[in-house]
Amino acid sequence: MANYKQEMVAMILAGGQGSRLREITDCIAKPAVPFGGKYRIIDFTLSNCSNSNISAVGVLTQYQPLELNTHIGIGSSWDLDKNSGGVKILQPFFDKDGGKFYQGTANAIYENMAYIDSYDPEYVLILSGDHIYKMDYQKMLTVHKTLNADLTIAVIEVPLEEASRFGLLSADENDLIFDFHEKPENPTTNLASMGIYIFNWQVLRERLIRENENEETTHDFGKDIIPKMVQEHCPVYAYRFNGYWKDVGTVESLWEANMDLINLDNELNLHDKAWRNYSVNPMSPPHYISASASVELSLVNDGCLIKGNVKYSVISTDVHIGNNSKIRKSVIMPDVIIEDDCQIEYAIVISGVRVPKGTKIIGREDLIQVYAGDKGGESHE
Amino acid sequence: MNDVMGIINLSESEENVKDLTLGRNLASIHILGRYRVIDFALSNMVNAGLTNVAIFNHGKGHSLMMHLGSGKHWGLDRKKDGLFVFYPDQNPDDNNRRLGDLEYFKNHIDYLKNSTQQYVILSRSYMICNMDFKKMVKAHKATGADITIAYKKMENSVGRFMGCDTLELDTDENIIGIGKNLGKDKYYNISLEMYVLKRELLIKIIEESIQKGDARFLKEGIMNRLSSFDVKGWRFGGYLGCINNTPNYFQTNMDLLNEEAWHELFNKNGKIFTKVMDAPSTYYSEDSFISNSMIANGCIIEGTVENSIICRDVHIKKGAIVRNSIVFPNVIINETTNLSYVILDKNVVINSNKMLFGDKQNPFVIKKNMVL
Repeated sequence: MANYKQEMVAMILAGGQGSRLREITDCIAKPAVPFGGKYRIIDFTLSNCSNSNISAVGVLTQYQPLELNTHIGIGSSWDLDKNSGGVKILQPFFDKDGGKFYQGTANAIYENMAYIDSYDPEYVLILSGDHIYKMDYQKMLTVHKTLNADLTIAVIEVPLEEASRFGLLSADENDLIFDFHEKPENPTTNLASMGIYIFNWQVLRERLIRENENEETTHDFGKDIIPKMVQEHCPVYAYRFNGYWKDVGTVESLWEANMDLINLDNELNLHDKAWRNYSVNPMSPPHYISASASVELSLVNDGCLIKGNVKYSVISTDVHIGNNSKIRKSVIMPDVIIEDDCQIEYAIVISGVRVPKGTKIIGREDLIQVYAGDKGGESHE
Repeated sequence: MNDVMGIINLSESEENVKDLTLGRNLASIHILGRYRVIDFALSNMVNAGLTNVAIFNHGKGHSLMMHLGSGKHWGLDRKKDGLFVFYPDQNPDDNNRRLGDLEYFKNHIDYLKNSTQQYVILSRSYMICNMDFKKMVKAHKATGADITIAYKKMENSVGRFMGCDTLELDTDENIIGIGKNLGKDKYYNISLEMYVLKRELLIKIIEESIQKGDARFLKEGIMNRLSSFDVKGWRFGGYLGCINNTPNYFQTNMDLLNEEAWHELFNKNGKIFTKVMDAPSTYYSEDSFISNSMIANGCIIEGTVENSIICRDVHIKKGAIVRNSIVFPNVIINETTNLSYVILDKNVVINSNKMLFGDKQNPFVIKKNMVL
């Protein structure tokens, strides 16, 4: 298999379960979770690739891949259906020595070395499929080349109290990284890795092979490959990012990131036509808001039929809201039918459920209710 | 429905929708928030399983081509068959424009001859409905008619289909005459100008009409041969809109501000497909007030919107009041404006402190790209 050469190949790690999203990820992979009314989380990364003119994109899927794979298809929604390159779904497979699931992030890339080699690239861009942000990866590559780095890590400053959720690093005034710890218990720095890495492919390739022979490791970028490169004083640099970036790994952070969008001045600015965030667009008619409805400070999408009262909420595609139902501070995922006289506050209602007449779903800002209807348990207290 | 192909013939009169057809043809007028007129005919065909669809375009085709592209959004970008768009041949030696569309069909007769399907659905774009062509073709096969024409029984008090073709039927639904609706009869059968016939028969009608020189339009060719063929009517009972003049265009849009009509036209026999634009969710601010309106994605609504249809990427600013109006894509309506019964074409900008009032029977059209 030979492809046209690409300078840089992107590999999106999209196999995670995302168990902290509770029932939301019972049946779908975290990157496929609906977000912002009409997107799925992975749309942000795929759109970044498309808008950054990256033509070869491998998506590594593993956990509950059906919806995710269906969503990605041949990549045409992101203009990634290309004659040369394009998007390719890479799932665990068997070979002559047997087969196994991906053991860690680095192992997942190791198993797909043949895919990367087929493009004979100079650089490999490692991405996560579960972050909300807009970023031009070409700018990062330019910096990587200027610094003559082996590895460049995109970093962002996070509040110190949240820092222990991230890979944390320390860099000198030239952005050379001298210290790296994955999710430390007592953080001493607030410079967090965004899980976006540009490696020189030959450097990474050798390390992956070596790492794979080593039985003692977890085959993880954050825990093994990167700390070792830093310890060995390899040219590992930080690329500072200032825009909006959110890891939506928990129900509360997913809810919060949705709420962030209900603000015209939000940094993501999804109305920017020069950097469209693409998705699979449903063929639904414009939404209809009846004479009895009221909608304030909310996002509403195609296919919605609103007769109730909506405030501070994200209403996704093809949602119907009945008479006299009140929705506050909530995220209603696609294809939900909310019957009459319901009350929903501080909640996430997952895709495709029916909320029967008169249902009350009341959460709190620090404990968002997840409503899964027949699809799962009613709530987590 | 592998044995049926579709033809959408766009030689439609644009005389009475002039204001809306600057730089576009009737088939590509924006309608119902996110669609173009042609999406309905095209989607009805696709939903019936047709994979070979030809559009015989007349006049301004640029906007239409931008919309259709490769046919991908209708699933018509195919290796075998797919979407075909034809243009009238321009012969530099012959500057006299010929009247009629028969010549044009004759010039592309090879397409008809090379297609493999046994039947043809011949349609126009200006009739807006969600039609189950499968049923119509089934009825056509069952009756063994040569030609089946779809019609809807109407009462003239509605006053919407003036100038449209009417069918005169006997008690067995045989068509014994085709005329025009002048609004004189109480009840009448309006022709949807959707025909089902065998491909071979269509070719025969085209060739014979030209040979005999008794018709310039394909429709004329069919009418002239009514007596020699078995022509049956097929009754359509669903919602029917008609874009034959600006007031009717306006009314068709307004008809859809109704839950039942919304469900019927957009979902009944399949979805209506259109080009997707990746616009984000529509944002409603705390000052917005919305009632009985249909709004597409990508809008920012900070003002008042009542009984209106708003297309994608429209910005209605604080203090703006939009009532009983149709707003095309990319329009900006600035602060403290008051609009009622207006149609704002694409890219229009309404500056602050403007008041524009049209009339229900005669909505006020602001032309494309105008800044007021």
